[in-house]
Amino acid sequence: MIFGRLDWNALPFHEPILVVTFAVVVLGGLATLGLITRYKLWGYLWTEWFTTVDHKKIGIMYMILGIVMLLRGFADAVMMRLQQAMAFGGAEGYLNAHHYDQIFTAHGVIMIFFVAMPLITGLMNYLVPLQIGARDVSFPFLNNFSFWMTTAGAIVVMMSLFVGEFARTGWLAYPPLSGIGYSPGVGVDYYIWALQIAGVGTTLSGINLIATIVKMRAPGMGLMKMPVFTWTSLCANVLIVASFPVLTAVLALLSADRYIGTNFFTNDFGGNPMVYVNLIWIWGHPEVYILILPLFGVFSEVTSTFSGKKLFGYTSMVYATVVITILSYLVWLHHFFTMGSGASVNSFFGITTMIISIPTGAKLFNWLFTMYRGRIRFELPMMWTVAFMLTFVIGGMTGVMLAVPPADFVLHNSLFLIAHFHNVIIGGVLFGLFAAINYWWPKAFGFKLDKKWGLVSFWCWVVGFWVAFMPLYVLGFMGVTRRMRVFDDPAYQIWFVIAAVGVGIIAVGILAMLIQFAVSIINRDKLRDETGDPWHGRTLEWSTSSPPPDYNFAKTPIIHDSDAWWDMKARGYERPTDGYKPIHMPSNTGAGVILAGLSTVMGFALIWYMWWLAALSFFALIAYAIFHTFNYKRDYYIPAETVQATEDAHTKTLAKALAAAAAKG
Amino acid sequence: MSAEAHNDHAVDHHDHHGDDHDHGSFKTYMIGFLLSVVLTAIPFWLVMTGALPAAATGLIITAFAVVQIIVHMIFFLHMNHKSEGGWNMLALIFTIVVVVIAVAGSVWVMYHLNVNMMPTHDMQTMG
Amino acid sequence: MSHASSLNPDYVDEAGRPIYHPVEEPHHPEGHSTMLGFWMYLMSDCLIFAMLFAVYGVIGANYAAGPAPKDLFDLPLVALNTSMLLFSSITYGFAMLAMVKNRTAQMQAWLAITGVFGLCFLGIELYEFAHMIHLGATPQRSGFLSAFFVLVGTHGLHVTFGTIWLVTLMVQVWRKGLIPANKRRLMCLSLFWHFLDVIWIGVFTFVYLFGMLR
Repeated sequence: MIFGRLDWNALPFHEPILVVTFAVVVLGGLATLGLITRYKLWGYLWTEWFTTVDHKKIGIMYMILGIVMLLRGFADAVMMRLQQAMAFGGAEGYLNAHHYDQIFTAHGVIMIFFVAMPLITGLMNYLVPLQIGARDVSFPFLNNFSFWMTTAGAIVVMMSLFVGEFARTGWLAYPPLSGIGYSPGVGVDYYIWALQIAGVGTTLSGINLIATIVKMRAPGMGLMKMPVFTWTSLCANVLIVASFPVLTAVLALLSADRYIGTNFFTNDFGGNPMVYVNLIWIWGHPEVYILILPLFGVFSEVTSTFSGKKLFGYTSMVYATVVITILSYLVWLHHFFTMGSGASVNSFFGITTMIISIPTGAKLFNWLFTMYRGRIRFELPMMWTVAFMLTFVIGGMTGVMLAVPPADFVLHNSLFLIAHFHNVIIGGVLFGLFAAINYWWPKAFGFKLDKKWGLVSFWCWVVGFWVAFMPLYVLGFMGVTRRMRVFDDPAYQIWFVIAAVGVGIIAVGILAMLIQFAVSIINRDKLRDETGDPWHGRTLEWSTSSPPPDYNFAKTPIIHDSDAWWDMKARGYERPTDGYKPIHMPSNTGAGVILAGLSTVMGFALIWYMWWLAALSFFALIAYAIFHTFNYKRDYYIPAETVQATEDAHTKTLAKALAAAAAKG
Repeated sequence: MSAEAHNDHAVDHHDHHGDDHDHGSFKTYMIGFLLSVVLTAIPFWLVMTGALPAAATGLIITAFAVVQIIVHMIFFLHMNHKSEGGWNMLALIFTIVVVVIAVAGSVWVMYHLNVNMMPTHDMQTMG
Repeated sequence: MSHASSLNPDYVDEAGRPIYHPVEEPHHPEGHSTMLGFWMYLMSDCLIFAMLFAVYGVIGANYAAGPAPKDLFDLPLVALNTSMLLFSSITYGFAMLAMVKNRTAQMQAWLAITGVFGLCFLGIELYEFAHMIHLGATPQRSGFLSAFFVLVGTHGLHVTFGTIWLVTLMVQVWRKGLIPANKRRLMCLSLFWHFLDVIWIGVFTFVYLFGMLR
């Protein structure tokens, strides 16, 4: 009764891989906790990071979460590649079905929800206020809360590795397989609650960023003078607010089926599993545009900066983004052409799917025209951008192939599909994130990333991606289905081996990136940038120091033209040196951590049928939330003298840096 | 929707932030209320008495529901194209568009799926 | 790169030079984004309800040889319930009118009456649910009933949370008075409360009335 359905069987003593992983995690975890304690950093972490409402620090924490979860999701990928390369000619490989099915499910769930989403949310969180000349987002506390809810979701997923098991249904958990009849264990419940908890965070973050962009732009920054990254962030967040509720509703209905025996998605008593498939893809398609649109914005910023030219076709870029946003609601059925809706339905969605590729094509041409006759500097962000252009285009084209229903009837759920979406996600989202990290790291931390290790990471990723995924296109054409654990036909094996080699190369690329971070931190004094504008940037974030002060802008800038910072530099803008006023700032709070913590406990309790604990944590959650609303004093002022001192220090550093640069010639 | 106009606005209304919102009046709330009563009573009466054939009743009560929702939006929610610089209206229209696409699309898709794929001993009819 | 013609005309000094920082910092007063943010939250909630309506639309006729609307729905009771909610909307409106005039006591009274109407609504709904379950029309019985209970029940849960919020706000006004923060919160609850009545229009029309039409 006390422990619900939790008992000692939940611990994976019989799975050696998990026992070893657990041991490593425990040791690593203890070491980390020990070091933090030894260096007395708990106070610092709590006051400066965990309770912060500063969008910059929250953005950095999101990035850290995403990178950590990338390692977990990638480990799943490595395991799958190894299994599939081995399991031929009667060999079972080293993973049984029970384990393998969890791995491919976890891989998808983690990569989408706990790698890609946190990384882009972190990026948008860090940059949007700076790009629009604001001091923070509209709802700083909600921002902190959103971060911790996302982290709570990640914790729930990670818990499933060691206590119980994860879902074995694939990342979208279709019923009836995900119903209580076929998945009576805790796996699907871990899936549901991780996503519901994280979903609250994501939806609120969407509302937050939309309000910020609408309400907090600096004077003079009309919509058509916003940086393109801000535009794409606006559209991505609109998609978030207008699609995540669908996921919330669908997962709630699945929970109802599982917990109270309703008949939404059952095969009998009037249920219909296809309702789930239909609704989840109404969410799922906008979701992939949520992932890519911010990165399209990154590519616009990087291309114009490193070509030394204004972005070509700003207006058409904005229109293309808005058109994509709306059209993304009209294509969802292309994810299940094969389920029998018939010719008229399939034709409609096939045509809309092909139409949606057009605005993306327009964007690509705009980037190319921006580069044309520009003075291109092939720094790492630009290299990632070029790699994106070449890689993503192939993925986009295979997408158009899949948009043709008869072709999709052959290729649906084959490795061709897997290759397609990895092509666009890795080529588009991941390469874009790496471009963004290399581009804005100096802004966030005050020193550039080491270029040599960046190049190693770059080439390993690009080569590794092609070696890992081109074979999957071939295998798809040969008829190989996704999510297979063992194979009969030995003709496939060579391709799986090549793919495994590719994953190995990517692994080196990931390692190189981690080394790049470490080396850069160690050598930060040599890599230091004190100008705040190491790349000759065009947008407002480059007008601040690196890192920016807590308040971002001592005086709110007035915007005269788009590419505001470039415009200011061209007009001979000089930093003000006095006349500072006290700055109104939001206070830190621990409420986000506590609420997310209670949510995690409630999720765990619901998963394991510990009803007393679920009820208790639920009431604690409501009570604490209400209690939090009784705190009205959530702000403070930075005194004008502090602002003056901070700005004076930066003025001095800037003068020194510019003098040094001038001396170097 | 320009930022400058809003900022002047914001400086003046530091502590009176609520005042630039439309709060309605006793008269407008009563109009809304009475309209709602009528727009509710008639559909209930039509269905409870069966005065008109089902198809016509269905159309009328749907229309009345839409009108009553608009009445609520105007008289109770004080929706207009000016609130929040027009962004409230834009958000509402966008939501309605998405809702219409998702609901109509789902009904269309599910109808076709059911027709093509459901087993033939038919206990269900699509409503 | 500088285009004199693209200078922002509101921020140019007498000599035609651009001004880069305003003399008076643009102030974003506390809560400046709240109404917009809350409205967008309502739009997201609207989408959740829309999905529940869509599901009801698709499987709402799947009676699985069990009870159908004609066997279960008590339209006079639903009419009574509807009027409870509609009354609560108008009384909340009166509360807001009092709030704008800073008549705290009057506002609290109207809020209390609103809460009573809300509890009446919930009470009647719970009675209806209990009666249906007693007849064997449980949420598990069929697709129709699953969709019914979840759609109507989710609305009821929202009314429940709204009522808790209402009581909390009454306490907060009692303690701190009608300060701007409390007024903002009352306006958000106002939007929430009226929005729930809007959803109910959809429920009584498409679930109850249409159910008795089939």
